[in-house]
Amino acid sequence: MNRPDEPGEPNRDRPADPGLPMVRIRSVRKRFGAVEVLKGISLDVPAGEVVCVVGPSGSGKSTLLRCVNRLETPDSGRIWVDGELMGHAERGGRLHELRPAELSRQRRGIGMVFQRFHLFPHRTALENVMEGPVTVLGTPAARARRAAAELLERVGLADRAGHYPAQLSGGQQQRVAIARSLAMRPKLMLFDEPTSALDPELVQEVLAVMRDLAASGMTMMVVTHEMGFAREVGDQLVFIDDGRIVERGHPREVLDAPRHERLRAFLGQVG
Amino acid sequence: MEVTPARDADSGAAPGSPIDPELSADHELPMNPDPSMNPDPPSDPEPPIDPEPPIDPEPPIDAVRPARPGRWFAAAAAIAFLAWLAYTIVVNENLHWDVIVAYLGDGRILGGLWVTIQLTVLSMVIGLVLGVLAAVMQLSDSPVLRGTSALYTWFFRGTPLLVQLIFWFNIGLVFPTFGIGVPFGGPKLIEWQANELITPFTAALLGLAINEGAYMAEIVRAGIRSVDPGQREAAESLGMSHRQVLRRVVLPQAMRVIIPPTGNQFISMLKTTSMVSVIAGAELLTVAQRIYLGNFEVIAMLIVASIWYMVLTTVASVGQHFIERRFERGHARLSTRVRRNLRPFAKEPA
Ligand SMILES: Nc1ncnc2c1ncn2[C@@H]1O[C@H](COP(=O)(O)OP(=O)(O)O)[C@@H](O)[C@H]1O
Ligand SMILES: [Mg+2]
Repeated sequence: MNRPDEPGEPNRDRPADPGLPMVRIRSVRKRFGAVEVLKGISLDVPAGEVVCVVGPSGSGKSTLLRCVNRLETPDSGRIWVDGELMGHAERGGRLHELRPAELSRQRRGIGMVFQRFHLFPHRTALENVMEGPVTVLGTPAARARRAAAELLERVGLADRAGHYPAQLSGGQQQRVAIARSLAMRPKLMLFDEPTSALDPELVQEVLAVMRDLAASGMTMMVVTHEMGFAREVGDQLVFIDDGRIVERGHPREVLDAPRHERLRAFLGQVG
Repeated sequence: MEVTPARDADSGAAPGSPIDPELSADHELPMNPDPSMNPDPPSDPEPPIDPEPPIDPEPPIDAVRPARPGRWFAAAAAIAFLAWLAYTIVVNENLHWDVIVAYLGDGRILGGLWVTIQLTVLSMVIGLVLGVLAAVMQLSDSPVLRGTSALYTWFFRGTPLLVQLIFWFNIGLVFPTFGIGVPFGGPKLIEWQANELITPFTAALLGLAINEGAYMAEIVRAGIRSVDPGQREAAESLGMSHRQVLRRVVLPQAMRVIIPPTGNQFISMLKTTSMVSVIAGAELLTVAQRIYLGNFEVIAMLIVASIWYMVLTTVASVGQHFIERRFERGHARLSTRVRRNLRPFAKEPA
């Protein structure tokens, strides 16, 4: 796993500070209109760890993930990824909003997997995986194709390279989406309910890929309702309710002995 | 479009109840692309359990179809009418078929045909570029850009094309010279006389293209809006710039929605170019008119022009069909299955 060209390995511009968490979230607030969706979230994700975020629907989990890669802009608070402040540069004691190009550069290093896959329907599985490197990084097509084929193999879809998304099952589409993110060699992967849109029998094939990824040392933030996965793979479990982190800790401890009534109620519903 | 009634029909009604084909396609496409995942593919209905197992192999159904005298009568009447129409046209001395045939390949007519093709293609290309620009401006965050785009479409859709064409042709009355230099009355580097710049052709091109751009803007905007916002987010999270997102992800998908009405615009433009005859544009209709002013074969020349217009629109329709197929990439296989599922509800294409 330590070959420098291994697809999916972090592509670091500079060596990460070993003491620094990969993600540092401080007092993030976000409101949509009159509703405050995030009410001051602070959270660290150490490099190489998997943080599982759980909570009832509408509690702000997706919004939190989307603030990390700046698909949403927080109203207040700060987020650093790999030591770099997201969305702003600090110069002369003042914050300067980043230009779109700099924001795009920051996003490159952060992979995101969506509940509804969002594969590009007009491109084959292989082309979907090549798209990032070729368009964003300017990788020559031949090299991107080789790397993409390798990634598809890694998610178990080598034989589906030429298929269009519409010809793939939901589980296969989600695995292609994971490969597409990995092609950018991210240092952080965000998963927003990656198995919630899948038929039950297809959930495990996606979780297996995510388990492998975690084992390879990828830093991951995973919003999920799969408590088995959280228990087995997670290093940290965070329960969000109504825009606040209500409970956090090691998944087994939190799940086996939930302290808050609301978490107990939530776990009762999820099963 | 309502979704609930289809669900009701799905769950409650008897098998084979008429589900709206578009509706069932709509909510199946994104969810369940794999036929094997479909819990109950409508294409393979389980044969109802029969107390008496059918004899194997089942002989093909051989039933007498009910007589349909009304349909036969209508068909016979239609054929009779068409035959009579063709007869009266062919034997009509006043139509001068020999003249029509002789002028179909006339050099002047072919020249006019070529101008019509040039005007159509160029004004559609420029119109498309203007339309994309206006649509992107319309969807931008800047209120100034949005306002400019709105003003453009409002003005050019609000005034008759005929007026615009005559206006462009006479622009020299308003702006006698055009130049490059410092605006708001500063010194000029180069200057042209409007009379030299504005020929019937350039006036026609300006009028047609700018007017077309205003209509294309709406078509392109609808196409861009039809693309799932998740596509943009997925592309942005890969680190694509706004331009890359537009060029690589949004526009190719918007094309599926943009192309069919654009094809209609193109076909319509082939005939709209004939309006240029008011400024003597030298396209097909103008040329035909010039010829009949000399030889007085008014109807024959109009038929010659019409035949060529019909040839052009037919060729364009065929081209449209192939281009649409090309942009169905990634959706074509899906629609094979949808088509299969919908077969009971739709007429087979002839
Ligand atoms: N773009 C938006 N505009 C307005 N409201 C939003 C937007 N995105 C999310 N919300 C609202 O914010 C709340 C939290 O949403 P979300 O973060 O998606 O919750 P979760 O992922 O935990 O289900 C919901 O009430 C949702 O309706
Ligand atoms: Mg969510």
